[in-house]
Amino acid sequence: MAKSNAARAAGPGRLAPRRTAPQLTPAELDRLIHERVRLGIVSALAVNDKLTFNELKGLLRVTDGNLSVHARKLEEALYLACAKSFDGRVPRTEYRLTPLGRSALERYLDHMEALIRATRER
Amino acid sequence: MASPQPLHDRALDNLRYIRDTMERAGSFTAVPGWGMVAVGVTALGATLAALNRPRDADWLTVWLVEAVIAITVGGWALVRKGRAAADPLLSGPGRRFGLAFLPPLVVGALLTAAQHGTGATRVLPGTWLLCYGTAVVTAGAFSARIVPLMGLCFMALGTAALFTPVAWWPGFSAVGFGGLHIVFGTIIARRYGG
Repeated sequence: MAKSNAARAAGPGRLAPRRTAPQLTPAELDRLIHERVRLGIVSALAVNDKLTFNELKGLLRVTDGNLSVHARKLEEALYLACAKSFDGRVPRTEYRLTPLGRSALERYLDHMEALIRATRER
Repeated sequence: MASPQPLHDRALDNLRYIRDTMERAGSFTAVPGWGMVAVGVTALGATLAALNRPRDADWLTVWLVEAVIAITVGGWALVRKGRAAADPLLSGPGRRFGLAFLPPLVVGALLTAAQHGTGATRVLPGTWLLCYGTAVVTAGAFSARIVPLMGLCFMALGTAALFTPVAWWPGFSAVGFGGLHIVFGTIIARRYGG
């Protein structure tokens, strides 16, 4: 299976993000994952080792363009790792959640739970 | 103009969305490999017990008893593995797996009753293999890829059993309910944690 240049550079069997992590403040990180489609992508990948572009598209019921844009944003933030290959002649794109992405989801869940707790305690 | 959604409601809505997405995206991983091996062994025993029983009622009784044993053993193993893996059986992928698994089995039970009633027992083993295989294929859509593959093997055997001589029945039963369960059960147990 042929992988992307970045994945190949990371060594066999490993998926590597393409860029270095941008320096984001916690508020910005929150916004990044707060958007519905991106939240869906991260949530779906949290319970799967990897998902293909088409699997994510079917699961989240979004268009190719929409998914592509949001996945790229998550990839740029190093929340996702992407590997491109060919299944016969058909291009295949697979996404995995990186440890950074997983911890961002955990922080986001904590944040939501804290919000709910805070309003209940009022 | 609509009033803005309170923060509390928005947070709850987001958490619900995350949970729903995870449930839809998740797969059912509690298919019990060792339980399937045990079912395979009991099926081999049933094949032996049903040999040399020419009366339909006799060999049918053997296989009905085997069905009860298999459901009990397989069900117990499934619940045990599900609990160990914190994989809920009554919600999310577990629920979808069950809902997809049961209808073909119910069809199989109804066809068994109808075929026995009309004396068309010649097609029973093929019917059982086909219905069970269909159940495994449909439910397997919500589980690891090896599960539907096992179902397809059952369906292939069932198809062959429908069009081969009656004398071959024990072979199909042994290879299908015995052999396939043992082989695929061992692979699932080794690759998917029991």
